Amino acid sequence: MAKLALTNEILMQIEKPERYIGGEVNAVVKNPEEVDIRFAFCFPDVYEIGMSHLGIQILYDMFNKRTDVWCERVYSPWMDMDRVLREKQIPLFALESQDPVKSFDFLGFTLQYEMAYTNILQVLDLSDIPLHSTDRKEEDPIVIGGGPCAYNPEPIAEFFDLFYIGEGEVVYDRLFDLYKETKQAGGDRSAFLRAASHMPGIYVPSLYEVTYREDGTIAAFQPKFEDVPAVVEKQLVLDFNEAPYPDRPVVPFAKATQDRVVLEIMRGCIRGCRFCQAGMVYRPLREKSVEKMKQQAEAMLRATGYEEISLSSLSSSDYTQLPKLLNFLTEFCPQKGINISLPSLRIDQFSLDVMSKVQDVKKSSLTFAPEAGSQRMRNVINKGLTEEDILSGAGKAFEGGWNKVKLYFMLGLPGETQEDYKGIAWLCQKVADQYYEIPKEKRNGKVAITASASFFVPKPFTPFQWAPQDTVETFISKARTVKNEVRNQTNQKSIRFTYHEADVSVLEGVLARGDRRVAAAIEAAYRKGAIFDAWSESFVNERWQEAFAETGVDPFFYTTRIRSTDEILPWDFISVGVTKEFLKREWEAAQKAMVTPNCRQKCSACGARKFGAGVCFEEKTGVDISRYEVNGTGGRSRCSGGTEAPSIRSAEEV
Amino acid sequence: MRVRVKFTKTGNMKYIGHLDVMRYFQKVLRRADVDVSFSGGFSPHMIMSFAAPLGVGTTSSGEYFDLDLQSAPSGRELMERMNAQMHEGMSVVGIRKIGEDKHSKGMTLVAAADYSVTLDLSEIAAAEAAACKASLEGMEQKQEAFLAQEEVHVWRKTKRSEGLVNIRPWIYSFSCETDVNGIPVFRMCVSQGSVSNLKPDLVVKAFADYAGLQIPDGTMRIHREDIYANAGTETERKLVSLGNLGEEIV
Repeated sequence: MAKLALTNEILMQIEKPERYIGGEVNAVVKNPEEVDIRFAFCFPDVYEIGMSHLGIQILYDMFNKRTDVWCERVYSPWMDMDRVLREKQIPLFALESQDPVKSFDFLGFTLQYEMAYTNILQVLDLSDIPLHSTDRKEEDPIVIGGGPCAYNPEPIAEFFDLFYIGEGEVVYDRLFDLYKETKQAGGDRSAFLRAASHMPGIYVPSLYEVTYREDGTIAAFQPKFEDVPAVVEKQLVLDFNEAPYPDRPVVPFAKATQDRVVLEIMRGCIRGCRFCQAGMVYRPLREKSVEKMKQQAEAMLRATGYEEISLSSLSSSDYTQLPKLLNFLTEFCPQKGINISLPSLRIDQFSLDVMSKVQDVKKSSLTFAPEAGSQRMRNVINKGLTEEDILSGAGKAFEGGWNKVKLYFMLGLPGETQEDYKGIAWLCQKVADQYYEIPKEKRNGKVAITASASFFVPKPFTPFQWAPQDTVETFISKARTVKNEVRNQTNQKSIRFTYHEADVSVLEGVLARGDRRVAAAIEAAYRKGAIFDAWSESFVNERWQEAFAETGVDPFFYTTRIRSTDEILPWDFISVGVTKEFLKREWEAAQKAMVTPNCRQKCSACGARKFGAGVCFEEKTGVDISRYEVNGTGGRSRCSGGTEAPSIRSAEEV
Repeated sequence: MRVRVKFTKTGNMKYIGHLDVMRYFQKVLRRADVDVSFSGGFSPHMIMSFAAPLGVGTTSSGEYFDLDLQSAPSGRELMERMNAQMHEGMSVVGIRKIGEDKHSKGMTLVAAADYSVTLDLSEIAAAEAAACKASLEGMEQKQEAFLAQEEVHVWRKTKRSEGLVNIRPWIYSFSCETDVNGIPVFRMCVSQGSVSNLKPDLVVKAFADYAGLQIPDGTMRIHREDIYANAGTETERKLVSLGNLGEEIV
């Protein structure tokens, strides 16, 4: 029987013991004596969420293909287990070997959303690893962070030894080799970190110094030594078709949130929605071939036994081979009794036909993501989607038998007026009208429209990185106005309007655009008991407000303050391809409500072309295909503005 | 055709809940490329039903589920193919063809089960373990008298109610001993199924109360040995292992 770090008594008193025992199908077990590097890979949230993350599966597989590395998984112990580990002083362990994390060479965190920051401290603390990089000793693991939130690592910089900026597939191999070489040459921790800082994509925060002006903005951000690069370059997979992909993903016993085979069809996005960080930092768009995905789909289904398959990308309708891919899936899957779960697609006759083949029209709902209520505001955010598009898409769907529609919006977008957000109610009304236009005998009961609004959080490396964020009070008052306006509509009985928690969105805003000084507040909040802040059941805003007050961190400095485009932003030292000049141009265009064409129509010289790959080198159509890009780009395209907690993203990085 | 699969669940697998075991087998069957029958509709699922759900923490050497197949190789080959896709702690130990009428369903047939309950004193304080061991001295002599009682009342909590119940009619056999390794073990056959489902730890607790045993919390390790159908009558029971019903697939 494989060894367990926890006793029977503990495992029987906590919820879902299968979160902690490892031993899942396709989990990799190696002999620790036969490897040089032990890597603990952590998703700082509960097991079922972490196990759903594609990025970890990719890197887990890639790392373990090296015979000299054993990569294992770690997740945040749920609150009941957290209490037990503290009370009994049991060190946190990795799932495969059940060995303490502290004994590993590396502890890597994937940084998927800001609200998981306190969980990073929880994992370090439970592992008995000092929270601050400067307090760590030779025997402590090297703590690495990567993933979307690493594009502004500053608020958590002091808790990390190094950050990996960009897509994980690229330089990890070299980093491991460097670690071995440094060790063999008798080099210590600081020698390794110094050498690592010379590698592209690696940021070692302790080797940089920040000074501030009297007004609190950054005066200078520079390396402490001449050999340390001033700019850290994002790493990106150039040949996406040949990028590592796991043919044997780990299959949990427990039902994970993403309980299916996931095919990543492309990376990056041509759209350029101005609120969306993923749409900017993953540029340029790169596609995978249908042939490759056929092989991957078959291999993964065979190795996992999953009964469902799903597609992952930021905007699947932009995949040039979509009909070919869907034809393959709708042929292949039903023979094998495999369900197809389709991401939100552009709602047109083609996608509706495909959807009606693979899902029960009566039960399923269609998702539209207009993001803003008025056309003016949709232009501001560069969501190339018109009211006509939405209404005609909805009309076709209603004729096809659907009667449940979800609409996603954001409140608090830059320059928003009352007309703009009341427009949410008006748009819902029109969508409902569309339903009642079809003859009664053809209708499938009543129409149910669910509109939900999240509060806008400006993110680094987007044109809105300079935008002030609304206060909690403004958010709530806007949401109430929309709610009242919905009640004033004649179709109000068919419309349900819900909105997210405003205090969480504001806090996310502080953490997203914070600088190094915010770390003190994160640590103070953690000391007050903040963990699992992404979960409404455990989020307590007072802890954070007290933490801000005690550490002298002014949240409004990071949220409501109007930033000048000349200001040195905490993340300016990172080069993501998309240039600051482009972002400035886009910020100005937003203020004039001007739309920028997407990458396939016309190159807007964002800067990502320098990587030499992807859509930048395709023929441009010159045709305004955004005219056809209707609704339903769904969850993906709104991720950076969303506050859904916890938001699962499948961006492949750490 | 419908088959009954017998499997064991031991070691760390005891922490996997019933629903997850079901999902586990669905994936095993797909990986093993077994020719299962699917229900129709938009989300086709396998037609399978488990005889008696096993609680988290309980191990077993006799678990069963019934499954509809379109076609099958020999029982032996099917078993080998499934076992090649399973891992430590779970394995298929028998597959037989059963009737497709509703009276042959494992779930409806369940009438009794054999259990052994051992005490694991390794996780508790030495003094407590010693007190427990001392209290077990001579317990074998009390088992007959315990069974001779006409009524055995215990406090039982179910989903619907809570109160004193007489569990004696549901205890079909009971014995205890300290095995060759010095481990205390209680063996029993108790009523199972939808009519009266008796949990083995309740029986051990009742015996402990009766015989003055001190059994510390969290030390019982419950193992289900096998599940039985009643081929006799209400009064004249004739218990047959679910794994012996049906016929071999050659």
